[in-house]
Amino acid sequence: MLLGKVVGTVVATRKDPRLVSSKMLVVRPMDPRGKPEANYLVAVDTVDAGVGETVLVVSGSSARMASGLKDCPIDAAIVGIVDEIEVKD
Amino acid sequence: MQLGRVIGDVVVTRKDETLMGITLLVVQPITPDREPAGRTLVAADAVGAGVGEIVFFVRGKEASFPFYPGLPPVDAGIVGIVDHWDMG
Repeated sequence: MLLGKVVGTVVATRKDPRLVSSKMLVVRPMDPRGKPEANYLVAVDTVDAGVGETVLVVSGSSARMASGLKDCPIDAAIVGIVDEIEVKD
Repeated sequence: MQLGRVIGDVVVTRKDETLMGITLLVVQPITPDREPAGRTLVAADAVGAGVGEIVFFVRGKEASFPFYPGLPPVDAGIVGIVDHWDMG
């Protein structure tokens, strides 16, 4: 899974019917120390996350295993809101 | 599977309910020479690994298989703790 920061919301009126009522957020992946990395992605939110929060993003076909997303055409889902990251190196 | 070193853990209180009770660890993929290789990731721990240990992990939907019959939404999972390896 990826760690990321929610940086925005996406509004889409015309979309696949299975995505109706899914909340989509723009996420900037980051490393465990908080440094932004890679490209932005759009992820379906399943835990009521908001802009500015650090979240756990699952990608690929596993994203469809998040609650309520069975058979949805998605490849990224927010499945947790991160309280704390502890890194020892 | 890939080799990696566990470098930290992640505390997530609000999460998908099928993730309850699953430990989430930060893993740095490594080469057989123990050099970092690529970006860190968060993996579900199926074997009781701890920070500092060398492990091997699986990517993709298969990461959820150790938790069967649960189907947690995970795309990376630690499935073994490495004792040692030898390079021919």
